[in-house]
Formats: sequence, C-alpha cells, structure tokens
Amino acid sequence: MSTQQLKEHPEFLWHNPDPKKSYDAVIIGGGGHGLATAYYLAKNHGMTNIAILEKGWLAGGNMARNTTIIRSNYLWDESAAIYEQSLKLWEILPEELEYDFLFSQRGVMNLAHTLGDVRESIRRVGANQLNGVDAEWLDPKQVKELCPILNISDNIRYPVMGATYQPRAGIAKHDHVAWAFARKCDELGVDIIQNCEVTGFIKDGERVTGVETSRGTISTGKVGLCAAGHSSLLAEMAGFRLPIQSHPLQALVSELHEPVHPTVVMSNQVHVYVSQAHKGELVMGAGVDSYNGYGQRGSFHVIEEQMAAAVELFPIFARAHVLRTWGGIVDTTMDASPIIGTTPVENMYVNCGWGTGGFKGTPAAGLTFAHTIATGAPHALNKPFSLERFETGALIDEHGAAAVAH
Amino acid sequence: MLLFPCPNCGPRNETEFHYGGQAHVAYPEHPAELTDREWAEYLFYRQNTKGLFAERWVHSAGCRKWFNMLRDTVSYDITAVYRIGQEPPALRTSQPTTGMGMSTTRQGTPEGVQL
Repeated sequence: MSTQQLKEHPEFLWHNPDPKKSYDAVIIGGGGHGLATAYYLAKNHGMTNIAILEKGWLAGGNMARNTTIIRSNYLWDESAAIYEQSLKLWEILPEELEYDFLFSQRGVMNLAHTLGDVRESIRRVGANQLNGVDAEWLDPKQVKELCPILNISDNIRYPVMGATYQPRAGIAKHDHVAWAFARKCDELGVDIIQNCEVTGFIKDGERVTGVETSRGTISTGKVGLCAAGHSSLLAEMAGFRLPIQSHPLQALVSELHEPVHPTVVMSNQVHVYVSQAHKGELVMGAGVDSYNGYGQRGSFHVIEEQMAAAVELFPIFARAHVLRTWGGIVDTTMDASPIIGTTPVENMYVNCGWGTGGFKGTPAAGLTFAHTIATGAPHALNKPFSLERFETGALIDEHGAAAVAH
Repeated sequence: MLLFPCPNCGPRNETEFHYGGQAHVAYPEHPAELTDREWAEYLFYRQNTKGLFAERWVHSAGCRKWFNMLRDTVSYDITAVYRIGQEPPALRTSQPTTGMGMSTTRQGTPEGVQL
C-alpha cells in the first residue's frame, strides 16, 4: 500500500450555493445559453443578484450533446447579423473568460450535391459576403485540396459538385465552454443552483413575481427561460404558448484516430456533418427524427442512413467503429429561427427555438437575451426574432436556406 | 427503429411511414373571419406534449393511408391506432392529454382498438 498522500483536490470552478429567498432575476436552464445570459447580465448590466436554476446538472442537456460546430454563414440578413456577432464573440471569449476552450477556426464546408444545391450555395456565398461574413465557393478540386479524404468522384450517389467554405468557422470544446462561463458567472456573484427543478410560477395578475422549485419558493423580479426542448412546457406552466415542437436530434462518435480530417464538412442533402475532435474521435451529427420526442434518443435508422452517407463521402471511415450514439431534445420552430424576446407574461422573457443550431449561437443568445431581460426591450440583433413574428408574418425562413438540414 | 401497427397493413417498420404532427387540428370553419392571432395559432402553434400524444402518420410505403396514433413522447410506447375522423379511444387508465401531458406511465390497451 502506498503511503503517499493524495493530492489536494483542485479548486472547484464554481460553488454550489443553496437558493436564496429572492433574486433580481432567475434564469431557468443551466446550459450554455443560460450560463451565457447570466454572464452578460452580470458583466454588461451589473445584475449580480441573480441565479441560474438547473433541474439536472450544469450543461448536461444539449450543451453536452451537440457536435460543437460554430459558423455564421446564414442566408438572411437577420440571421447573418446575430450569428456573425456570435462568431465575433467566440473569437474573443477565450481571452475574456480566461479559459482556453479549444476554439479552433478550422473552417466549415457545406457541400453541394445537386445543381439546385450549387445555385443555392452560390447565392448564399453572395449574401454572406454582402453581410460581411467570410464565405467562398469552392469547386470539387478545391474541396479535395482542403479536405483530401473526401471522395469527389462523380460515380457516387451524391457527387460533390462544390462547396461553400467559411474559413473563420470551426469547433470548440462544448463542456469547457460551459465551465468557462460557469467559473466567470460564479466569480461575478451569480448563484448556480443545480438539481433545482422549476415546478410552477407565482404571478401577480399578468406579472411574474416568483418561481416554485423543488428546492423551495424563490421570489424574483424577472424570469428568463433558457430551457431548449422543455421551453414550451415551462411556457404552458406560466400561462402562454410557444410555437415549438421538440424533436430528438442524434449524434455519434467513433473511437480515437490519428488526425485525418482537417476541417468540418456538412452536407445538407445527405444529412451528415463530420469533424474530428481534438482528442481524435470523429464526431458526426444527423438530421432530426421526424416525430416529437422528449426521450433524448432517436431511431437507429437515422444513424444508419447517416453512416451510409458518411462512408460514401469519406471512404477512409469504412473501418472506423461507432463508439457511442446519443440524442438531445431540440426545440424547433416553423421557420427554423430562434425566438428571443418578451412574452405575454410581464417580466418573463424567453430564449428558445434554436433547434439544431443552438451551440454556435451561445454567446449571441446570452448577449442579446441579457440585454432583453435587463432593459425589458430587445437588443437590435434579436428584435426580428420576436414571438410576435408568427402573428405579423415577418418570418425568418432559414429552412434549407441556412446551409443545414432541418 | 420503431414498429408501427398500421390499421390496414399490420406491424411495419417506422421507415415506411411519414409523420404528420398533432392530430385533430381542424381547418378553421370561417377562415375569412380569423384574426392574425387565430391564424398564427392555426398555422404555427401545435401542442408539444410530454407524455401521451395524439398524432397523425401516413403509411407512405404501404397502404398510403393516413391514420391517428396515441404514442408516449417520452417512452415512445404506442398505445393505440385509430382511423382519421375518429375520436381518440377512451383508455382504461386515463384520457390522453391534448395539453401539457405529463403522463409517462404505460397506458392499458384500449378496448376495440386494433394494435
């Protein structure tokens, strides 16, 4: 038996305080968006008497389940503006949060497989350039130069006819991003309260004044909902509706491999997106399962189709093994754009509907949602993403337009 | 892969079907009289039930007919299938919720429903 003493436990990145009786604001949902919102509330708006309520453990939902892709090459002006702001924040956050969460700007490629894809892609590149988003069109030879393991032969079912490329896009370590935000929130005085499920809201007329939780009643001046797949359930609890449908979205990783994949490749047409994590796993995501589901798992045929597409595009992956698959619950809207803004309940605000693209939006969601909560009115960037757009008809239709399969 | 009990063809793989979302959403009786809010409700707002959910499916690669299904959105258990135009069957243990259903217990097989 060794007589050597165990080393001291390293310092915890955040504390686990008991909930106080009252806060100036509570954020429901301790994922990336909830953490980023609390961070910007404290940093930009001086609101430090606030709490994040998380029903499970910190960043254990979609923040731990996404495929970590970050990009801003969206078609419409409103989307390009908010996602590009997000990308600019990603570029400065490692320094600002004093935490290297391995943000790697290795570029993202969106493949075109049909003539329709080619036209849509070139249009999107043009739109991106006009909006100050870095974007270029690559022909198949240039695609091959950038990513040599891609099969660009023309005798496959979905031949590569070119790709859009955003050099500043990339990936980051999602867990580390959550921890980086959590540590800074904690330093700024934010209470991060885990294992605290919200079970009801206390209202004075149409104004929210508190939340009932599994750890007692908490009174609060403001409430921000950041609960992704469970947003519509919270809204219903508070007495209003959200145009959200929750679906399982699956992803998987292989065992570790030598670095073979230099960038991120996404294919709208064949429903697969692939990158290689820093450790060496191939990380792949698929499209959503068609049915509504809260099960955090989807059907296996989705994985099967995704692997078939991946092996055709990357023949080198044929001998790789699937290590594990999982699902998250994504909150989809009919126009595939998020909802960030006020609600019919006074002092209650909602950030949801990010669907399959929430991770990349984390910093901008936090920045704009914090502004909305602190001032009671939306930031210029999230003004178009209001709940009212479903009544006015001013939809931001990123279905298919956003370079991703929905 | 889920196994769906098509009312016409019997048990078939999920991949033969396409999803139609929430069941029992009627086209507005007087479309010209709807407010913007009511149009938004009809077009964009659907129940997002956690628990037993009444939904539509079409057996695209089989009989090509639409039908309704009661399925739990947490366990994915299928409790009943019934034809378009029929009301959801009365279940022994509890009624299906059309709102925020939190029921996650497996329901008994309803009488007279082909499974």
